[in-house]
Amino acid sequence: MLIVTCPWCGPREQTEFSCGGEAHIARPPDPGALTDEQWGDYLFMRKNPRGRHLEQWVHTYGCRRWFNVERDTVTYRITAVYKAGEEPPGGGA
Amino acid sequence: MNRYSLWSLVRNARTHHEDWQAAWRSPEPKREYDVVIVGGGAHGLATAYYLAKEHGITNVAVLEKGWIGGGNTGRNTTIVRSNYLWDEATHLYEKSMKLWEGLSQELNFNVMFSQRGVLNLGHTLQDMRDIQRRVNANRLNGVDGEVLTAAQVKAMVPIINASPEARYPILGASLQRRAGTARHDAVAWGFARGADACGVDIIQNCEVTGIRREGGQVVGVETAKGYIKAKKVGVVAAGHSSVLAAMVDLRLPIESHPLQALVSEPIKPVLDTVVMSNAVHGYISQSDKGDLVIGAGIDAYTGYGQRGSFSIIEGTLAAILELFPSFSRVRMNRQWGGIVDVCPDACPIIGLTPVMGLYFNCGWGTGGFKATPGSGWVFAHTMAEDRPHELNAAFSIDRFFTGHLIDEHGAAAVAH
Repeated sequence: MLIVTCPWCGPREQTEFSCGGEAHIARPPDPGALTDEQWGDYLFMRKNPRGRHLEQWVHTYGCRRWFNVERDTVTYRITAVYKAGEEPPGGGA
Repeated sequence: MNRYSLWSLVRNARTHHEDWQAAWRSPEPKREYDVVIVGGGAHGLATAYYLAKEHGITNVAVLEKGWIGGGNTGRNTTIVRSNYLWDEATHLYEKSMKLWEGLSQELNFNVMFSQRGVLNLGHTLQDMRDIQRRVNANRLNGVDGEVLTAAQVKAMVPIINASPEARYPILGASLQRRAGTARHDAVAWGFARGADACGVDIIQNCEVTGIRREGGQVVGVETAKGYIKAKKVGVVAAGHSSVLAAMVDLRLPIESHPLQALVSEPIKPVLDTVVMSNAVHGYISQSDKGDLVIGAGIDAYTGYGQRGSFSIIEGTLAAILELFPSFSRVRMNRQWGGIVDVCPDACPIIGLTPVMGLYFNCGWGTGGFKATPGSGWVFAHTMAEDRPHELNAAFSIDRFFTGHLIDEHGAAAVAH
């Protein structure tokens, strides 16, 4: 069981949260201007790294707010939590 | 290769079974191969086998970073079926099913393929409509399927809780009688032995750390045992596909998730078929040894750790006990996780890449075991001919740009 520290509610058990996958994927401002390859890349392609991962979580059974988590995908250890819109502490957004 | 037979058993009994030939060699890698397969799971080994057997390409190496069959091949719940919804998926999995039906004879290795049937339970009216639609689609595609009533399910699986008072009462099920289970390790070993006999080198403990290109053409792989030249490279690395794709700056629509399973202590025979339920989310069968083999769902987060959250197991066991209350005092023996490569449409990616001579076979997600022989068969064809077979033409990575996805998530009997 992971303990996830919600930036608003503090440390809570993982089952209160939902994981929303890779963070910092910005919706293209003008989708109509993209090629099919660029649009497909935005929709489907993911970094899926082995190691440090920046991802979105939502406190589903708590404050219901989204935030970002830096987590290692091998050890599952959470190394940082930061609010939506903020830069990751280690950079690399 | 010494053939296994009654006579070989008798002959080896005379020497107290101490002189059996090793099932495959463990050679040092050559400096150059026509084809290098990255990943010694059953899909990779099957690819090597069919390259040699069907296409006469025998200067092949299978590079495995651990031991063969130690990844998802040895970690799944061994279910084999072909009752998918969409035509493309059905044809691919049915090709695999046909290969399964002759596999033990083909490989001269008992893969213990047991066509004990797979039941997919329906618990709501919508479940039953989906089941009818899928069974009809299957039959139109020449795949066997039946719709059972709750009473027929109860007759087939007497220990199931068919009470209308259940929290999620069973309204019926789909049944594919040709579906069943197989011995997962034996599949890896059988393909390894068959490929080895054709001259394929199986190299274990040989991690691939880089893929070398020259002018858009693959020329070899960097490995733990040095650089190996190759005219063609096929990557069949399941949960680590994204890691290998990153070596050639290729982006994949794949996310790697932990998927867990567990087995109980061996008990007397009580369950002679496979029971899956999408709605309560659990699947169970009983191995020939007597253990109950239980599968869970994936963790929502990505992970390469080959273990998942306990809450997932708790939910799965709650679902299993809802269906089989009599299992409440059975003790669980072992629990483990694998890393599954999940695609957005729950279908694999099998085909060419922008790098010439480099091919990927990945994205099988939670359901790759059943596809093992078919996956190897179409991937061998794709690599040998440098173009996909018609069975896997729809499964190229291009579908994420054209929009022609094959949406098997939930639509089929997929339990994830």
